Amino acid sequence: MKRIKTLETRDLKKSLENGGCGECQTVANQPCENLEAKAE
Amino acid sequence: MIHQYKLNGYNVVIDVYSGAIHVVDDVAYDIIRLFCCKIDELHGDTEMFFANLKDDSNSVDEIVKCILGNLALGMYEESEEITEEEIIECCMDLVELYEKGKLFSRDIFRPNASMLKERHTDIKALCLHVSHACDLTCSYCFAGQGRFKGPAALMTEEVAKRAVDYLIENSGDRRNLEVDFFGGEPLLNFDVVKSVVEYARSKEGESNKNFRFTLTTNGMGINDEVIDFVNRECHNVVLSLDGRKEIHDRERRAAGSKVPDYNSSDGYTSVPRGTGSYDIIVPKFQRLVAARTGKDCGDVKVSDIPTWVTRGSDTGNTNYYMRGTFTHYNTDFTKDILHMTELGFDELSMEPVVASHDSEFALTEDDLPIIFEQYEILAKEMLDREKPFTFYHYMLDLSGGPCIYKRISGCGSGTEYFAVTPQGELYPCHQFVGEAEYLMGDIWNGIVRTDVRDEFKMCNVYARPECDDCWAKLYCSGGCAANAYHATGSILGTYDYGCELFKKRIECAIMMQVARVEEL
Repeated sequence: MKRIKTLETRDLKKSLENGGCGECQTVANQPCENLEAKAE
Repeated sequence: MIHQYKLNGYNVVIDVYSGAIHVVDDVAYDIIRLFCCKIDELHGDTEMFFANLKDDSNSVDEIVKCILGNLALGMYEESEEITEEEIIECCMDLVELYEKGKLFSRDIFRPNASMLKERHTDIKALCLHVSHACDLTCSYCFAGQGRFKGPAALMTEEVAKRAVDYLIENSGDRRNLEVDFFGGEPLLNFDVVKSVVEYARSKEGESNKNFRFTLTTNGMGINDEVIDFVNRECHNVVLSLDGRKEIHDRERRAAGSKVPDYNSSDGYTSVPRGTGSYDIIVPKFQRLVAARTGKDCGDVKVSDIPTWVTRGSDTGNTNYYMRGTFTHYNTDFTKDILHMTELGFDELSMEPVVASHDSEFALTEDDLPIIFEQYEILAKEMLDREKPFTFYHYMLDLSGGPCIYKRISGCGSGTEYFAVTPQGELYPCHQFVGEAEYLMGDIWNGIVRTDVRDEFKMCNVYARPECDDCWAKLYCSGGCAANAYHATGSILGTYDYGCELFKKRIECAIMMQVARVEEL
């Protein structure tokens, strides 16, 4: 029986490497505008 | 660190440092709770706990015994018996999540927070206070009827253009730049708004920048020329409406001035001081939204609007949102949100008033459970609606949301975002304007109070001890510096009341995401 379901979320650890471009608008509902990061 | 809660029939588990979100059944929920207790007994040594769980059958036996005890007490609504094997299997599934770094994950981000002070920050956004005057006299206005503790003033074209140059000069390699037209009421200085947009557009090519303009308005000054302009040039518009007429008109009354009027022969009408603004602005907002979205809004049909008025749907500028404020007098604010939907609006925001404790409309501790319930009612209502609408705080982008740097550092006030007064002074953000100790410089000489900028660079989620054990810190980034300053006298403080509201909103927002996944 499957008792746990995990939602798809952005990997915060990975965003240490693919984040920080600063192009997003001036938090949690702020979409990332770095499309490369989103594609990973 | 994890956070687990039950809401609307869903059991949600948030893993704080990985960002993972799990939806679990009652058995898994209780096993995770037992894990937390055991980890606490080991003084937080998560690694030792999971090592024991894998190697020591007694640890698992204890969990099994506890869950079977719960079962005997009738705590689970299971159609079939829960076996010992199933409980062990569930424990091992949770161990697997731990090993994948998606449950009880460690904080690896704190060292990055101390590096933030050393980083060079480019400016990417300015809030232009084109008007320190207003044609409304809202009693709860944080800006004191738009004057920000100073005299009424309008920004000149010269100052506004210099602000654009200052932004370009100090934006480094940043391509996307933002300019917000704010006040006071920016439409009282509409000519300057138009000329500064034209000026910034003329600079885009040579500077390789992309400007995004936004405008926040009380609606009094809207006419077809304004609608045409914002649909051509503004990426977003914020329209201030508090909801039901009696709620809106209680606080948002006219200062006494001439305003554009579609039904008047000369296009204007005089509005006596003290007149409620609801009946004046709602038809204007509906007209703006109809022209912006290309969809009829309330009683306004798109076909009734002259064809020379730009349609936002033709330029891609369809974003808008209604921005309401709720106070002690309408803690049943969900009714105001739903009233806005009845008027034809479907992009909505409703914010708690921020006011001193002694003001009559300030929210109280007794209001808190009522507000929590309202947030839950709103979330359930949104899930049940056939015709959807958005509520800004419930728009979480889980898979494409902000990176960890953004989550640690927050809104960027005082470092990459500044407010510019009509005189060209620079403040950390619009909510600090008029606070003498936070005057940081001006658009001719730049930032001279580098000590204040350094203070804001360090103003992140790891700078506040109160946030150390908070599960929501990577959603709120430590909260609003201005709210903290006004509540505690320090930007490194915490506005506890706001924290409670924020956490409730995030719980509701995540529950809605879970509900939508579960529907699939």
